[in-house]
Amino acid sequence: MESKHVHEQIAAMRQSFFNEEVLNENFSQLEQLEGKDNPNFVEEVFTMYLRDSIAFLETIEEAMKTIPIDSIKMDSILHQLKGSSASVGANKVLKEVNKTRQVLGKGNLERTKASILELRKEYDSFKAKLEPYFQLKQANSVAQEK
Amino acid sequence: MNVSSVKGSMSISSSTSTWKAGDTISDQFPAGLRVLVVDDDPTCLMILEKMLIACLYKVTKCNRAETALSKLRENKNGYDIVLSDVHMPDMDGFKLLEHIGLEMDLPVIMMSADDGKQVVMKGVTHGACDYLIKPVRIEALKNIWQHVVRKRKNEWKEFEQSGSVEEGDRQPKQSDDADYSSSANEGNWKGSKRRKDEEEETDERDDTSTLKKPRVVWSVELHQQFVAAVNQLGIDKAVPKKILELMNVPGLTRENVASHLQKYRLYLRRLSGVSQHQSNLSTIISAQDPTFGSLSSLSGLDLQTLAATGQLPAQSLARLQAAGLGRATAKSAIPITLVDQRNIFSFENPKLRFGEGQQQHMTNKQQVNLLHGIPTTMEPKQLVSLRHAAQSVGNMNMQVPPHGPQSSQNNPLLMQMGQQQQQQQSRGQILVDSTINHAPRLSSMGQPILSNGMATNVSSRSGIPENIRAPGYSQTPSMLNFPMNHASELPGNCFPLGSTPGVSNLTSKGAFQEDVNSEIKGSGGFMPSYDVFNDLNQHKPQSWELQNVGIAFDSSQHSNSLQGNLDLTQSALGQQGFSSGQMNGHNRSAAVASKAMFSTGDVKELRSAQNVNQHLNNLLVDNTIRVKSERVCDTSPANIFPDHFGQDDLMSALLKQQESVASSENEFDFDGYSMNNIPV
Repeated sequence: MESKHVHEQIAAMRQSFFNEEVLNENFSQLEQLEGKDNPNFVEEVFTMYLRDSIAFLETIEEAMKTIPIDSIKMDSILHQLKGSSASVGANKVLKEVNKTRQVLGKGNLERTKASILELRKEYDSFKAKLEPYFQLKQANSVAQEK
Repeated sequence: MNVSSVKGSMSISSSTSTWKAGDTISDQFPAGLRVLVVDDDPTCLMILEKMLIACLYKVTKCNRAETALSKLRENKNGYDIVLSDVHMPDMDGFKLLEHIGLEMDLPVIMMSADDGKQVVMKGVTHGACDYLIKPVRIEALKNIWQHVVRKRKNEWKEFEQSGSVEEGDRQPKQSDDADYSSSANEGNWKGSKRRKDEEEETDERDDTSTLKKPRVVWSVELHQQFVAAVNQLGIDKAVPKKILELMNVPGLTRENVASHLQKYRLYLRRLSGVSQHQSNLSTIISAQDPTFGSLSSLSGLDLQTLAATGQLPAQSLARLQAAGLGRATAKSAIPITLVDQRNIFSFENPKLRFGEGQQQHMTNKQQVNLLHGIPTTMEPKQLVSLRHAAQSVGNMNMQVPPHGPQSSQNNPLLMQMGQQQQQQQSRGQILVDSTINHAPRLSSMGQPILSNGMATNVSSRSGIPENIRAPGYSQTPSMLNFPMNHASELPGNCFPLGSTPGVSNLTSKGAFQEDVNSEIKGSGGFMPSYDVFNDLNQHKPQSWELQNVGIAFDSSQHSNSLQGNLDLTQSALGQQGFSSGQMNGHNRSAAVASKAMFSTGDVKELRSAQNVNQHLNNLLVDNTIRVKSERVCDTSPANIFPDHFGQDDLMSALLKQQESVASSENEFDFDGYSMNNIPV
């Protein structure tokens, strides 16, 4: 059945995220918080997260352009990004954030730039993976209600 | 809310909470717990809210600290617990934590993605009852109610005992200010309390203020007794009933004690808050390896003194240090002090392990004020003076690393030093811990402890419940010795001055004590209430003395006029003659310390005097090591250190002390150097 098929597809997608370590157990925690009265909780959280983190990343990229770079401000933003990424379970993004913070702390400008690029890439990839997942879920639940 | 004076906790806080009025603990508890969560990150805030709701709590969320504070203020009893993020744009999480602690006294849990030791330590020292690392798991949130219960339990105990729940215990801040405006403790406390006054809480008073009982004037003596009792019990365990029993003052009710305790706690908190900011101890401490901490406890002062006297072989010092280290590790708080100490004292003597360590630290670290909480701006200078003194004294190796105007830091060191001497380092550590943790303002804390220690005459420290605070009491005696070098250390926190009960030995220092006393008083800028200390000093080892010192330091901090302070202290010292002996040791150090602290550039004499004071302070704190050195001082008949302790004077004093001290306390086992051996 289509619904079953979609259902399986969603499950497979989800599992792949865990296998690839794109997501970690915190994501499961969020899922547990979801319930009948808030079926889209996880999606809402993710929407919020993606929106905020892109703003963070853009700010960081801008900050990298100024000379000398305001590393304190950057570290503060990275810290925030770290907190939110950890809370949603965005595993790989979190790792990149940590790496970037470390490199920034050491003061190596070039490596910091490279690290930020990596972080951005990871974020984009994360977004690209999660969005269709949620869309599918959403579509599926709507379909199921019918 | 029908909450009776008890802070909304038990149950009753009605308001919109699901708790029914009148329930002490609802059957549903912890369901319905009213949580206020503050986090600037909307994602995290959303997740937390969800989790808290899943725990069946009643959640209110804010994304700004200011909003949270105003919510708390408009509805004082509307919340049971607060969860706050550390990094927020409009206000530092720790600051918010302080505010809440002072104004509402609600349990606060800090959260952060940062799990660095320093930050966690900072949270603990600022009074957070827990620290959660993000990502926060729901399991962690399921248990937060325990903090509420614990707090309530402590409050209830007091209430029940006094029988008058309405007492303003709950809002000590508010009502206390009004009540105690005229008492002796006004000096320091008032100052801090006043701060609270500004707070809006006043409306809260309705419950408590209605029940005003006849005013009790907290004289210096009474306060000293109080502080001693609190120290004995341990700040955490100090409940009004027990304090009352210990104090054994006829006519004093539990309520009196309870509200006084509230104020005291707030005061301590305030001090710690100030000192923390200034000294950044927490950062330093966390950075420090615990072992260092122990060293610090040995506090450069002690070692220095030892070194200074030349009698103390490097080995012994090293030993002491090691001892200190060994013990210090136990306390986290100590590390803080250690750091301070290190900073403060830079041992030139390569032999001294401690010194070296210190030096390194000192240079690297911020000037951790030895005197925790005590605005020892003078530190650097004092250190300098100490140094001079040391040199003149006799090749004292003690180098006092220039401290930044961090008085608070000194205290810790002092504490440590004092602690070590007396008791096993663990003890000292406790003191340090307490001072550090409880209220970086050692001034308040230190006092009680110090006095205790002092009374026992350094060795007595053991008797002192140092746990909490008294880090440096007994030390003062040794401090005297150090003063020359350590001056900076003494200041601030160790209120050794006042408390030196144990200092009796030190009393011989007489001169110092006087200084100390005078310092306390002299610190003009200090709260006037401390004048009483002079009297007390003589005998009350209790923390009041320290307070004086602390106060002095506070003043110095504020005014940052070291010079002025010096003068004050000096004069103060002069005035006070520590007759009581107790003070001697401590006072001296305290005086010295304070002097040292203040002496920004005073002549050596001044400095030395100050140093002595400081030492006293430090001694009180440190006890352990200092005690030893103090002993030396103590033994020498009073007036070893006249107001102006010239190097020579100090030197001789030291020597004498050493001799005399040798026998006194110091559990420490300074095998290497016994004061006695020090040839005069």
